[in-house]
Amino acid sequence: MIREKAIQPELLIEPNRPVLHYWRDVWSYRELFWFLVWRDILVRYKQTVIGVAWSVIRPLVTMIVFTVVFGILAKLPSSGLPYPLLVFAAMLPWNFFSNALSESSGSLVGNANLLTKVYFPRIIIPVSSIIVGVIDFAISLVIMAGILIWYGYLPDWRVVTLPLFLVLVFLPLAGFGLWFAALNVKYRDFKYIIPFLLQFGLYVSPVGFASTIVPEKWRLLYALNPMVAVIDGFRWALLRGSVELYWPGVLLSTLLSLLLLLTGFGFFRKTERVLTDVI
Amino acid sequence: MLTVINVENLSKKYTISHQQRGDSSSLREVITNGVANFGKKLLSPFSLHSSPVFDSHEDFWALKDVSFEVKQGDRIGIIGRNGAGKSTLLKIFSRITEPTTGSVRIKGRVASLLEVGTGFHPELTGRENIYLNGAILGMRREESRRKFDEIVAFAEIEKFLDTPVKRYSSGMYVRLAFAVAAHLEPEILLVDEVLAVGDLQFQNKCLGKMEDVGREGRTVLFVSHNMAVISRLCSRCVYLEHGAVAAIGETSTVLERYLTDGFSNQSGDIVFTGGEKDIVRFISARTAGTDGVPRTCFRSDENIRVLITYQVKQQLSGVSVAINITTGDHASLWSMGDWEEYPELFEKREEGTWIGEWVVPANILKPGRYYIACGSGGPSNYFHHPEPFPFEITVEGTWRPAYRQFGVSGGPLAYKMTVEKPVRQNIDK
Repeated sequence: MIREKAIQPELLIEPNRPVLHYWRDVWSYRELFWFLVWRDILVRYKQTVIGVAWSVIRPLVTMIVFTVVFGILAKLPSSGLPYPLLVFAAMLPWNFFSNALSESSGSLVGNANLLTKVYFPRIIIPVSSIIVGVIDFAISLVIMAGILIWYGYLPDWRVVTLPLFLVLVFLPLAGFGLWFAALNVKYRDFKYIIPFLLQFGLYVSPVGFASTIVPEKWRLLYALNPMVAVIDGFRWALLRGSVELYWPGVLLSTLLSLLLLLTGFGFFRKTERVLTDVI
Repeated sequence: MLTVINVENLSKKYTISHQQRGDSSSLREVITNGVANFGKKLLSPFSLHSSPVFDSHEDFWALKDVSFEVKQGDRIGIIGRNGAGKSTLLKIFSRITEPTTGSVRIKGRVASLLEVGTGFHPELTGRENIYLNGAILGMRREESRRKFDEIVAFAEIEKFLDTPVKRYSSGMYVRLAFAVAAHLEPEILLVDEVLAVGDLQFQNKCLGKMEDVGREGRTVLFVSHNMAVISRLCSRCVYLEHGAVAAIGETSTVLERYLTDGFSNQSGDIVFTGGEKDIVRFISARTAGTDGVPRTCFRSDENIRVLITYQVKQQLSGVSVAINITTGDHASLWSMGDWEEYPELFEKREEGTWIGEWVVPANILKPGRYYIACGSGGPSNYFHHPEPFPFEITVEGTWRPAYRQFGVSGGPLAYKMTVEKPVRQNIDK
């Protein structure tokens, strides 16, 4: 029996193995990938008293605060929409982005003890921590449906384009996630930089306001922030297109995000080679 | 026999940076160094090699040009002193780190056990951790499910399956962890000294399991400092020294070589630094056998002389000079001051250079690494106390503590057995 098994493709360990083998490895470790997702979800809700309720309370409270501050106090325009709708449609992708990014950027360091003891393609660590964020996103999506029904503002055909915009969040998310996860290994400074960047991002991205308040000539420049296209897209898809999409911006954002993802992957692979020697 | 592992010219280089903070490098350093380099280039743009501002890097070859072959079903012991490259070798085999040059070809499914309980999560229950740990070690979910009952029975934790492992006793934790690992069915198993865990009974169970694995025709690579276990488990050995293969072959031959090497280890005296302003200053120390020749490796059946040279700069009273012998994890074994033997020294200690000698008795300490710290002082003052220095007991010599792996001392306890009622007679009738 053993003789039979031994006729297996042999494993060659040498410096700088080609990328093709890498993807084959990723595929063969897919079960571990799901186990890590499952572990993170279990652990996350095990020690909280109200568990999943946090995923409901947090976005709702933020929505109320933003509505009061930007909608009622600052009286920002809302394209004729109820302000909470405008805010919550933006918070769907933003919260997902922000939670998943902070999880994934700390993921390698957080799993250091695993990384130094067993082999698997390291990329499954940051990616699995992004997938964990999908749970919260799904919960928020249900709340969104509730709010839409509450306001009697049911989406039209555009809602079927929502998955496309979800893909559009994944690009910069994975791109930044890979960059930061790898950088964090070498420079622990990123532990402090990332929360700051995310807080900053919340205010420079059109979460609490509509991106239409940005003057027309700055729109393309504004689209350098990849989350602008994503947030506008979510609003467009969920709110019957009452928020116009700025297509050149979407295109620019997508290209930038792709670039970010590619360079992020490249940098991650480079770091991965020396990962256990520096972590 | 089929060759399952083929190692060719394998080398691994680590770059050690001599930084003030041993921690991960901070951005600031990189930025300031980068700016400084840039500034240097601006000032002397034509210099051929713009040497970086921080050239405090040093290359360290953990493995250098290692080549050997492993046949199917071999049980290979990898031995060598601390820092010889044993763990690095296993890390490369298990693909945790990449080699710098050279290659390894492996045929068959590999499982590595570099630590017991890798990836265990304290918040998860025993049941959940079995599946998680199984997946981490490379078991398919289906396989873990099939072996689940066997694992639970082996670990003896039936009652606590649904308790988070953070509430487990350390013994239970280790038993569960080893149980999962023991039920892997790889063709090649890499083990790094994980047997030194759990109580004696469980250790024997683990050893038995390892022997089974070998008997089933699987290939085992086993790193250990425990020569008794190596000679029981392994058919062949690879002896590493300073990252290179020093010997390879039959276990008994290689062990012999390893053990004799320990004695030729000649080292000079340890010279202390610091303490210039102290009234009592330690100058040097030496560990030696009965012949007084300095060395740091000893057999467990010989006396070890510890000689400490110190200088007293002015006449003193109320001061003693003492040593403290500890294990690697800082547990103190003995501490003894010279005033115990020479109470008069405590009253008055003359100016001058003195040599104090202590003797660590034979047949007490088990093989391992120990440390000696020396210090001087009294109830109201405290002088020079240099860094502890190590000595090693490597060979069991004529006195073998066999499988008494537990405890610091392997010294024999008197044992006697008396029969109260002769049982046999009853059976015969």
